[in-house]
Amino acid sequence: MPFGLLKYGFSKKYPARRHFAPRGDLRPSYDVVIIGGGGHGLATAYYLAKEHGITNVAVLDKGYIGGGNTGRNTAIIRSNYLTPEGVRFYDESIRLFRDLSQELDYNILYSERGHVTLAHTDAALRTMRWRVEVNKHLGVASELVLRDELARLVPQINLSEHVRYPVLGALHHPPGSIARHDAVAWGYGGAASRMGVEIHQKTTVTDILKKNGRVVGVVTDRGAVACAKTVQAVAGDSSLIAKMAGFRAPILTVPLQACVSQPLKPFLDAIVVSGSLHVYVSQSDRGELVMGGATDPYPLYSTRPSLEFKEGLMAHILELFPFLAEVKLLRQWSGMADMTPDFSPIMGLTPLENHYIDAGWGTWGFKATPVAGKRMAELVATGEVPGLIEPFRLSRFREFKLLGEKGAASVGH
Amino acid sequence: MKVLNCPLNGPRNISEFAYGGEVESHPDPHACSDAEWTDFVFFENNAAAVVREWWCHVATAYWFIAERDTTTDEIVRTYPASEAFTQRMEFPAPARAPARGEDKP
Ligand SMILES: Cc1cc2nc3c(=O)[nH]c(=O)nc-3n(C[C@H](O)[C@H](O)[C@H](O)COP(=O)(O)OP(=O)(O)OC[C@H]3O[C@@H](n4cnc5c(N)ncnc54)[C@H](O)[C@@H]3O)c2cc1C
Repeated sequence: MPFGLLKYGFSKKYPARRHFAPRGDLRPSYDVVIIGGGGHGLATAYYLAKEHGITNVAVLDKGYIGGGNTGRNTAIIRSNYLTPEGVRFYDESIRLFRDLSQELDYNILYSERGHVTLAHTDAALRTMRWRVEVNKHLGVASELVLRDELARLVPQINLSEHVRYPVLGALHHPPGSIARHDAVAWGYGGAASRMGVEIHQKTTVTDILKKNGRVVGVVTDRGAVACAKTVQAVAGDSSLIAKMAGFRAPILTVPLQACVSQPLKPFLDAIVVSGSLHVYVSQSDRGELVMGGATDPYPLYSTRPSLEFKEGLMAHILELFPFLAEVKLLRQWSGMADMTPDFSPIMGLTPLENHYIDAGWGTWGFKATPVAGKRMAELVATGEVPGLIEPFRLSRFREFKLLGEKGAASVGH
Repeated sequence: MKVLNCPLNGPRNISEFAYGGEVESHPDPHACSDAEWTDFVFFENNAAAVVREWWCHVATAYWFIAERDTTTDEIVRTYPASEAFTQRMEFPAPARAPARGEDKP
């Protein structure tokens, strides 16, 4: 086996594949400039090229692609939301995700695990019943399970009644999955690049050029470029780019932290979430436990992790899985989540005519990468807002038409 | 643990405090337009800079103002709200509360 691998490695038949064309100079003008090379920006570029034949596109990122929240999330994919608008939207994403390795010719390690949200109170059970009904009505697999069924599904959970918050039941969502997050960015970026899209890493947008209420170009630290349309997909930096475009957003930038344990033998299939305990945990294909919780208690433009977060998180993880007490942490990190008041994203038109926004992805946007890219591309190419994303318009906050997802999004991601 | 200097209680762990949002001027809910009201309620400056914020020491229910750098998390200064607000804000109720659905055609 090692010799086979060596032979493969040195064979001329299988040359190493470059992910992207190397960065050249910026062209003087583009049809579309996408600000932000996370999963969302790259997916938008991919679908612009593939489905609409628009390839004179530049994706600009101030760092490296996927270096933002795309490469920092805990990769949970699910569609068991609360509002019909949300369920429909995320369900389309799951369907795109399932075929994505095939479509991009790049293995994103999509792994269907089942997603289990624990209820520790009657109020939580009530919200889950509501979610189950909305989900099933829209054809999304979702079931309320009580303790005996839960013990069969996830026997690893401590179901003792002698803990601070005993488990009463759970929302079981079989399609819940995880995937390799960087691979999603690399896969979309690589495929877009092969169709002619330019990816410019280490290129910071510092201003947006406007004339008569329209975008005419962007200024970067490598010079200015003209463009016919701009898309902003910058997650935690959304308010800063919106300010350059001349409007305010209903967004606060709040750190969200996560960590992984040392690798363990596979023992946990399901993704386990508890809103009351502010924890969620899954086991990656490498055996590491991927763990996270609620956002930091106040806004900050920084990716520093903190001790307080881990102390709180571990106390709760140990209540659910006491046998992990001796396990060591391996890595910790933090990302800047763009939080909206209703825990739903913002997609669509902005007060600046040909500037489009894809933001407000907070702690839940990784799972939406394919569908947001596809539908934003449709909007940019046709100028028509697709029905699927219309409810997520920025102007919903002016019309008091919020899409409250807090009950389904605040810790579950 | 990060320490916040409460004007009433002195330096305390930041976990004893609750964040209360940026200090913004409060429009009169009965007189302002929907646009002004939604601006105040939902929209944010979310600036990456030194910002004036409301904080509350939860155990003593004491609200005060902190100036904090939202890029470094450095707390520049804390002071009682009376330093910034010298006058009481009055929002007189409208003469008669509109009946349910009355404002809709
Ligand atoms: C710890 C953590 C856990 C999470 N867990 C989950 C989860 O389990 N499931 C889920 O669905 N979601 C999760 N999320 C949320 C998810 O990661 C994000 O919503 C999603 O990745 C956002 O993707 P994006 O492409 O919009 O942004 P990003 O990946 O952040 O990309 C934005 C890019 O914009 C660039 N940029 C910013 N400013 C500029 C500028 N001025 N000029 C040029 N480029 C700029 C940045 O460098 C960055 O690369 C989690 C987030 C975090 C932080």
